[in-house]
Parts: sequence; C-alpha cells; structure tokens
Amino acid sequence: MTNAIEIAVSHQLGAFRLAADFTSDGRLTALFGRSGSGKTSLVNIIAGLTRPERGRIAIDGQVLLDSERGIFVPKHRRRIGYVFQEARLFPHLTVRQNLLYGQWFAPKADVGSNIGDVLDLLGIGHLLQRHPGRLSGGEKQRVAIGRALLAKPRLLLMDEPLASLDEARKAEILPYIERLRDAFGIPIVYVSHSVAEVARLASNLVLLDQGRAIASGSTIDLMSRPDVPILSAAPEAGSVLDARILRHEPEHGLSILETQAGQVQVPHRAQALGSRLRVRILASDVLISLKPLDGISALNVLSGTIAEIGARRSGGSALEIGIDCNGASLLARLTSKSAEHLRLAPGNRVYAVIKSVSIDGQ
Amino acid sequence: MSDWLSPEEWTAVRLSLLVATTAMLASLPFGIATAWLLARGRFWGKSLLDALVHLPLILPPVVTGYLLLIGFGRRGPIGQWLYDWFGIVLSFRWTGAALACAVMGFPLLVRAIRLSIEAVDRKLEDAAGTLGANPFWVFLTVTLPLCLPGILAGMILCFAKAMGEFGATITFVSNIPGETQTLPSAIYTFTQVPNGDAGALRLTLISIAISVAALFASEVLARVIGKRIAVE
Repeated sequence: MTNAIEIAVSHQLGAFRLAADFTSDGRLTALFGRSGSGKTSLVNIIAGLTRPERGRIAIDGQVLLDSERGIFVPKHRRRIGYVFQEARLFPHLTVRQNLLYGQWFAPKADVGSNIGDVLDLLGIGHLLQRHPGRLSGGEKQRVAIGRALLAKPRLLLMDEPLASLDEARKAEILPYIERLRDAFGIPIVYVSHSVAEVARLASNLVLLDQGRAIASGSTIDLMSRPDVPILSAAPEAGSVLDARILRHEPEHGLSILETQAGQVQVPHRAQALGSRLRVRILASDVLISLKPLDGISALNVLSGTIAEIGARRSGGSALEIGIDCNGASLLARLTSKSAEHLRLAPGNRVYAVIKSVSIDGQ
Repeated sequence: MSDWLSPEEWTAVRLSLLVATTAMLASLPFGIATAWLLARGRFWGKSLLDALVHLPLILPPVVTGYLLLIGFGRRGPIGQWLYDWFGIVLSFRWTGAALACAVMGFPLLVRAIRLSIEAVDRKLEDAAGTLGANPFWVFLTVTLPLCLPGILAGMILCFAKAMGEFGATITFVSNIPGETQTLPSAIYTFTQVPNGDAGALRLTLISIAISVAALFASEVLARVIGKRIAVE
C-alpha cells in the first residue's frame, strides 16, 4: 500500500542542510520542531516554492518531484493548498474573490469542496463582501484556509497558521481545524512548534531537528516516549490516549471514559455515550506509587509496568518515564531523586496517580 | 470659448491632447513589459537596457529628435521598413510627434512602474501560484492590480512630459500647423512673431490648466485605488 505522503529530500540553504525523509498516511501529519529546524523550508519544498537539490515527493502516489528522473511539477500544477503563517490574502480582492481565486484554475471536472460547506465550516459567510484589510487576524486566517480548500487541493499545507495570533484567536480557530481534519477528506501537513497544538490535532507526527526528520509515527506513540527529548522534555509534555464515553455520573457531575489504559473520570461531558474523544495527560500531572494507594483524593489511578526510563537532562533534576498500562503508554515526569529513591527499573509494577486529565476536541 | 481662441490655436490644443494621449497609451504595454524585465528579469545586458531606457532623460532633446529622424525618417532604416511593410509614415506627421513624445516620456513611465512592481509582495505571488495560477495569470491577477497606483503615476508623468515635449518633436517632425504643431511649438511660434504675446499667454494658460487637471485626476484615481487595496 502506498502512503498518502512520501517525502525524501535534501537541500542546502546557506550553512543549513535539510535532509528529511519520511512517509505518513495520517489525516493530519504535524511537522514538529523548534524554530530553525527546517519546517518551513520543508513545506516550501513540498509546495514547489523551493526546488531542492535532490529528492522525491509523492502525494497519493502522484510524483511531484523526482530529481533522478528529472521530474519537477511547478507549484501551480501541484494542487497543494498552502495556508501561510501570515494569511497572504490578496488585498485588492474581496473575501469572496479571494475564496474563489483557486477555483478559476482548478480542473472543472474535479468535485471539490462546496463553497457553502466551506463557509459553514469556517464561519465566514458574513465576511464575503469585505476586503482583507478590514478583517481581524483570526478572520483572515479562516479566509486563507477557505481559499486553499476551495482550490480543490490534494494536500493541504498549514505553516503555523496560529503563530501570529493571540491565545483567544488560537482557541477560536483550533476547532475549525479539527472539523476540517475530520470532515474533508484532504490530508493535511501541519507545521507547529507547540506541543499542545500537535497533541490536540495531529494523527501523525514527524519530528524535525536541525533539518533532519529524527522520528515519525503516530502521535499517540511518539508523545508517550520518554526518549524523544524535543517532545518529552517540553514543559507541556504528556501522553495522548484515545477514549470513548462509557457512562455519565450526573450525581457527581462526572463522565467515565474508557481508554486502553483503563477507565478515567473527567468532569461531565455533553457528548452521547460511545462518543470518541482524545484525552491528554501531562507528564507533570502523574505521580508514581509502588503500592496501590488507599485514602487518596485523586480519582484516576492506572496500574502498569515501567517500560522505559528516560535520561536526566543535563542541568535539570527531572526525567520522564514511560509506563505501559495494558498496552497504552503513559508518560510521567518525576525527579531523578525520586526515581532513585523508589529504585524504579523497567518491568516494575507501579500505580500512576493522575492529578488531572484534559480533553481535546469536541 | 471658441472665439476666445483662434481656430489655429484650437487645433494646436486638440493636437497636443491627441499626441500626448496616443504617446501615453501606445507606450504603456512596452513600458509595463520593460519595467517588469528591469524589476524581475535576470539576464545579460540588463544594465545596458536600463541605460538605454534612461537615455532620453539625459540626452539633449534635440539629439533624441535627430536620432529619431535618422532612424524613423522616410529614408531611415526603421522608417523605410515601416513604410514598405505597413505604409506607416512617421516623419512630419502627428504620429511622429506621438513617437517623439513617447520616447521622451518612456523613462518616466518605466521608472514609476518598475518601482511599484518591486514593491509588490512576492509572497502574494507565491500564494497565487499555489492556488493554481501560472506565472502569466499571477502577473495579470495579482502583480498588475497591485501596482496599478504606480502604473497610473507613470501614465500621468508620461502624459505631462508629452504635453510639454518640444525639442525632440520639433527636430523630428518640425512645426507644421494642423499636423505637428503641438502646444509648445505653437507657443514658441507666437513668441517669434510680432504681437504674438497674447496668443502665447492664452496657450500658456491652457497648458497650465491641462497639467493641473491631469495631476488632479491622478490624485483622485490614486485615492480610489489606494482605498481598494488598503495594506493588509
């Protein structure tokens, strides 16, 4: 089976060398890395804005670049939607004209997204007659997403679309991106340096460090590994679990979720029984106990065995350990002193006491 | 109005407007193409082209007019070719006056357009490319509309230059009333005859009025366009 996205490129940019090689068939693949790790250079290469020295790019089996066979599809024939960091709306056109711009050029035979659906999804129906200069940052970014979507792309690139927005605007747009991921069948490559964004949105992750793809895989797997410092050492590191609503306990205002790792209780959710959602447990919210605890206020305790112990970071006191809870991984952060004190070693049976569980998505 | 100006004077005014408008409109496509080449092109001889475009600005107008006469006169290499193939005669015709004015206004036209093309955000062009527009459509739908204020400024400059062009015109196509006698040539003629002062003054006032009106129109248009493409 071919992957939706196959990328292997190498390119020299001044002193910086980009050599990234990965595949993904996720609905939303996040390129994650610090600033300067080559994320934007890589998406520019995928979009065809930069021609790399060597490489191969295929989307859904369509080869867009193959330097060995001399194939280089120019950007206007790639049909890759690109949502830039700074919207880049055309200032001389209205919102409607901006949205329809790509449709003039897209093949008429292709069934693309319906403009009504896109307006509904993004909530921009009331902006159509305005000019981009009169839109807020969040509105501009939604229009930019709509414009890319209506060009009937095979792939949507989003280069930190939230980076230039404040927290309130980010919170405004995130649900739109989630709906976009779930409702339109277009694979998305999403660039970000925010662990929280990636944990919430991405089905797959590609970690970039100094121009190299150092790891790639499913978000759930990568997020709970203690040995991937650019993720696990981040202050907001944590594991992601798929969950399903098992039952509600209205008398306590709680909902009980079932995850592979065991049941967790969260503040009441409005969704119906059986709804799927994603929970995120910060590594710093997990305590470790060697014995089952009695007389403790925390509701959520999961048992498991230690799978892996990360290394203490130089200059820090903390380390992360990965706990295998019935096949699912949980990441916990503790001081190396506690780890020594408890004589933790892979294979130990432990109880993970979870202080809080956050829910991502609707 | 018509008894205020003599028929000859009216002819000079009309001819000047015709010549200047023709010069402006006919040189526009070439002006945009040259400005684009100079702003975006990377080719051998770019500075040579740049110098060539600016030459009429620094040469004495008489020299430019004489070069036109050599090149585009009936026996000139280009003039002969134009006549043989298209039956076009430029020397001592109003079309020749338009050519002289266009050549003299060209550097101003190109300069204004080039600056505005250079000011267009390339990132917007990239965005248009990813939306499926090929380079030609990107130019037509993004670059061109965004440099409209610069194009307009260049057109007004070119028009004003053409209205005032004297040296190259009179050298190339002479000063024939009704055919090549534009406003400046008519004013000059008035100053050379006894009791011509009143006529010269009347035409001078008209000349000033046309220039001010052109400037005013460009201001208004620039404001309208500026409002439409308010900076993001």
